[in-house]
Formats: sequence, C-alpha cells, structure tokens
Amino acid sequence: MDDAATPEGAGPDAPESGAPKRRSARATKPRRRASVIGVLGELLLTAGVVMLLYVGWQLWIGDVIYGAERSAQAQEQSEQWQQQYEEQAAASPPMTPAPAPADTTADPVILPEPADAEIFGIMHIPRFGPDYQVNIAGGITRPRTLDPIGIGHYPGTQMPGEMGNFALAAHRTTWGKPFNRIADLHVGDAIVIETPDGWYTYRFRTLEYVKPSAVDVLLPVPQATDVAANGRYLTMTSCSPMYSLAERIVAYSIFDSFTPRSAGAPSSLNGTA
Amino acid sequence: MYAALWRILPGPWWVRVLILVILAAAVLYGLFFYAFPWISEIVNPQEVTVQ
Repeated sequence: MDDAATPEGAGPDAPESGAPKRRSARATKPRRRASVIGVLGELLLTAGVVMLLYVGWQLWIGDVIYGAERSAQAQEQSEQWQQQYEEQAAASPPMTPAPAPADTTADPVILPEPADAEIFGIMHIPRFGPDYQVNIAGGITRPRTLDPIGIGHYPGTQMPGEMGNFALAAHRTTWGKPFNRIADLHVGDAIVIETPDGWYTYRFRTLEYVKPSAVDVLLPVPQATDVAANGRYLTMTSCSPMYSLAERIVAYSIFDSFTPRSAGAPSSLNGTA
Repeated sequence: MYAALWRILPGPWWVRVLILVILAAAVLYGLFFYAFPWISEIVNPQEVTVQ
C-alpha cells in the first residue's frame, strides 16, 4: 500500500501516469516478505518432492540407469577379452591348424578363485533378452560387489565348470536388478557364463524358496551335507519376495557344456538351443 | 525462499527460467548419482545372500 512496499520496477521514477490502471494495480500489491513459516513451508514442500524423487529413483529411474550401465560394462568387458584373445592368437598361431567347428565342447578351464570385487565372468541369459549381460565378480558384499558391479560369487564355492557348486548372488530389485526375472526362467533355459577362456553353458533346472539362513544351498551338492561333489551345479540366490528380507529365492542349474573361445560363441547364447 | 531466488536471478523472465531449468537438472543429477545411492545403502537393507 505504501511506497516502501512496491516492487523494484515501480520506484519513484517510474511513470505513474503512463498506464495508470495496471501500474497502480501492481503497485498496490505488497511485496512478499520471507517469513519463517513461509520458508519452513517451502523447505517441507521441497523435502516432500525429494522423497518422491527418491522413490521414483529407487523403483524406476535408478534401475534404468544402472541396468544400462551394467550391460554396457559387461559388453565392454566381453569385447576386451575377445580382443585379448585375438591378439594372443595372432602372436602365437595355435598348434591345431583346423578351426574348431561351432559348439565344440571341451574340458572346462577352471579359473582360480577371484579376489574380492575382481571381475572374472559375464552372465548371459537369453531368456532375459539379447542385451542381458552382467559382470560377475568375487565376493558378495553389497558395497564392493553387488551394488557397484552386479553379480557376486560366494567365496569358497567352486568356479564355473568345476565339480561342485558355483554359487552367485545378485539383487532382484534395485541397483540394476540383475536377477529381477529369476522366477521367469524355464526348465532348460541356457545360463551362459563367459570368461576370458570361453563360455560355460548351464541349463536351468528348478527354483526353491528358503530361509535366509539356509547356507546349505551353497554346499558342493546343494542341501546335501557330507556328500562329495557329484556334478557341476550353478546356484543363484536373490531376495524373495521382491523388496523383502524375509526369504531367499534360489535357482539351480546344471552344467551343460564348455565352449573354448577358439571355437567361437556357442549357439546357447542365441536362446534357440 | 523461492521468491527470493527468483528475485536474485538476473535477466528477463525467460533467462531466469532457463537458469532455473539448468539448476534443477544439476540438482537432479546430484541426487540421482550421488545422494540417492548413498542414502539407499543406509535406508534400504536389501539382502540377497544366504548366510
């Protein structure tokens, strides 16, 4: 109402008579002063918006970001191994001259157990789409392996292709959710582990739901105590139900074949076989 | 608070809107790539392992 309350534009020099109606209408509006209540209200509104954003990030955007990142990282890793192999092959021509036919299976190469957070493999599951590829690293801690890399290998369990149990863990929700569709696997679906040496194809067999304390699923023969290793198993664990800590979902697979890198990518990667 | 921010920003209204959009994008980036992942480890205990 008084001059002190007019906005900057309507100072003493402003032409009062130029456009009297609008000018005066605006000039009479008192300038909003920041009150404690007003600032508090704005802060609370902001906090509410940030919390909604967090939920949106946790349930949707974060997975889009991390999922794409995981896939790109694994793609890069795969190309790097292929390049290393080709450089090696070029440097020292193989003893066997004839190129091996597709889907040659050989005795699997057994990798040494990786260090914590050391990437040693890439998981491909054609059932989850042709772009599904996630790095596998040693260790099962969230801050070092599961959150930043993707899939973790239980220390002390066997390695791909080895007699016994190759046991892995990954998120089913959030952090790019590598095992999100674990319950969609069909019997016989290929689960292919790529390493610098080649591709280990496992075939999915069955799902199980267990208590979080059921460490016997990691035994050389899952859930069979005091039984010597009698086969090559792959055990994948994740949370169940989704977003819950109550139980764990376990997917068991059986070793099918090993395809050395010299033989080229196996047909199990296409999802047809 | 936000009214004060609007007054502090220079230029005509569309320049201010542009600056605010850029600011909002920067804040979102900071939240999505730094703040939220950090908070997530604290408030969202996800356990996927048996032990």
